[in-house]
Amino acid sequence: MSSEDAPHFSSKDAVVCRGVGKTWAAGTKRAHNALTDIDLDVAPGEFVVFLGPSGCGKSTLLYLIAGLEDATEGKLWSFGDLVETPSPERSLIFQETSLFPWLTVWENVSFGLSIRGASKDERRTVAAEALQRVGLKAAMDKRPDELSGGMRQRVAVARALAMRPRVLLMDEPFAALDVQTRARMQDFLLDVWRDSGASVLFVTHHIDEAVALADRVVVFTSRPGRIKTIVPIEMSRPRNLFSREAENLRIQLTDLLRDEVDRAFAEQEAFAIPA
Amino acid sequence: MAVVARDSEPGAAAGASRPAAASRLMASMAGLDWLARIWWAFLSISLFAGLWELCWAMGWADEKLLPPPHIFLDNIAEQGRYFNTATRWQVGQSMTEGPSAFESVLITGAATTARVFVGLIIASVLAIGVGVLIRYYRFFDRLVLPTITLLSPVSPIAWLPVAIFLFGIGNAPAIFMVVVALFFHMVLATINQIDTVNTNLINVARTMGASKAQIYARVIVPAILPGMLQVLRMNLFGAWMVVLVAESTGVGYGMGQVIMLARNTFNPSLVFFTIAVIGVLGFTFDWLLRLAQRRILYWLPDTVERLRVL
Repeated sequence: MSSEDAPHFSSKDAVVCRGVGKTWAAGTKRAHNALTDIDLDVAPGEFVVFLGPSGCGKSTLLYLIAGLEDATEGKLWSFGDLVETPSPERSLIFQETSLFPWLTVWENVSFGLSIRGASKDERRTVAAEALQRVGLKAAMDKRPDELSGGMRQRVAVARALAMRPRVLLMDEPFAALDVQTRARMQDFLLDVWRDSGASVLFVTHHIDEAVALADRVVVFTSRPGRIKTIVPIEMSRPRNLFSREAENLRIQLTDLLRDEVDRAFAEQEAFAIPA
Repeated sequence: MAVVARDSEPGAAAGASRPAAASRLMASMAGLDWLARIWWAFLSISLFAGLWELCWAMGWADEKLLPPPHIFLDNIAEQGRYFNTATRWQVGQSMTEGPSAFESVLITGAATTARVFVGLIIASVLAIGVGVLIRYYRFFDRLVLPTITLLSPVSPIAWLPVAIFLFGIGNAPAIFMVVVALFFHMVLATINQIDTVNTNLINVARTMGASKAQIYARVIVPAILPGMLQVLRMNLFGAWMVVLVAESTGVGYGMGQVIMLARNTFNPSLVFFTIAVIGVLGFTFDWLLRLAQRRILYWLPDTVERLRVL
């Protein structure tokens, strides 16, 4: 990209959004503004959590950054390149399991390599290495339906890592897991993040999760989604989530979210009453 | 029967709520599952045949019109004379030459089954191909889909004259009828299957840099296979019905031709015997397809178990 496309920021930033907005079904009667006026810079290696009530457009922003959807307003860059299409540099991990059920675990992990036409030996080696990093090398030849929900998400993480992404995009990846598994998966994710050096953008509506993981928490307003505020978390890692500091953060974030949830509820009620 | 051994059998959870003795009995029966299934099939058919025999014994069913199983199954050799007449009733050939009556039944059954099978294969390959092309190329979609939607409600019977105009008599019109009966529905089913593929799977492939062709070949086609096999099984019985109609027009030999012969010669015994043979053939075909389905689609869980616990 030429420098005039991106005059106001460092090209080294992992993700840059300027005036980004998304209107679904634009130009039709069902047009619906999901996201507006998003300005955001994410540094390389930074862990950023998007926090907001359901339907606030935080997942939409993730899809825009992934390049799976086009922004209707504004522009996005990643490492100085304009985001126009999906790229293996920005891997997306979904809430529900997104493993291919007809492939074995290692074939799933090396799917991206097979797209590039890599040999079977190479694919197996890379898959073994990625699975090693998520502690599932022993499950290489199993099928997804033989794994638990937590294991499947770890395989999904391994599949993303096998592409050596510089940005990991995670759309409520642990939402379907039970509380204990989720806590373990958060620790696991922090290890993976530290080892890989990638930036992580992590969508959640769980305040606890945000406090446990984030360098910065981006709090969203609801409908249309805007950035309400960005809360930096300066606690050292590993974090004591029972500390006074963590508790204060949770209180602060809860207050910020409550306004939005109240507003969303009021809107829904107004919507439900016939005019 | 399950091809993939699973760590947690869904049945095990259900067994826990039953009395221990009963669950132990169930566990010891598990290995004999197939035997139990045959036993139930036998019981089901016996019950049906028994009711029929009862009607005959009570004098409610006239044996000239509704001969019960013990009558129409009594003399297979006699019935078999009407099968495979194309080779057995040739000019200059005596009735004692050529295949025996039993062999004739087999030959006729195999011929009809082969027509169904070939028709099914051709229809599936064409329908999946066309369905994928319709979704792949928007141009093709706009050009072809209206015609397919227009033709899909037409009864296969209406195609019968066309089959004869185009292919005369023989195997070709019978196979054509099967293909035409299945093709249009299966195209629409393919499109429906493609539209309901999990978006996440497609998005995963997109983020990994897969091209459109790669996404279709490696994600969409494998993802629609389970649904398509289901569609195939649903249409299998339709294929069996249509092939009989086609054969009754004079293919030379086939189950449909025997039915027609029985009708024209007023032979109820032969009608019911043929129906029995067709039933067994169709049942076996469906069973084999189910077996193939389980082997090809190893990743699908056994959904029947889900309802069994209710």
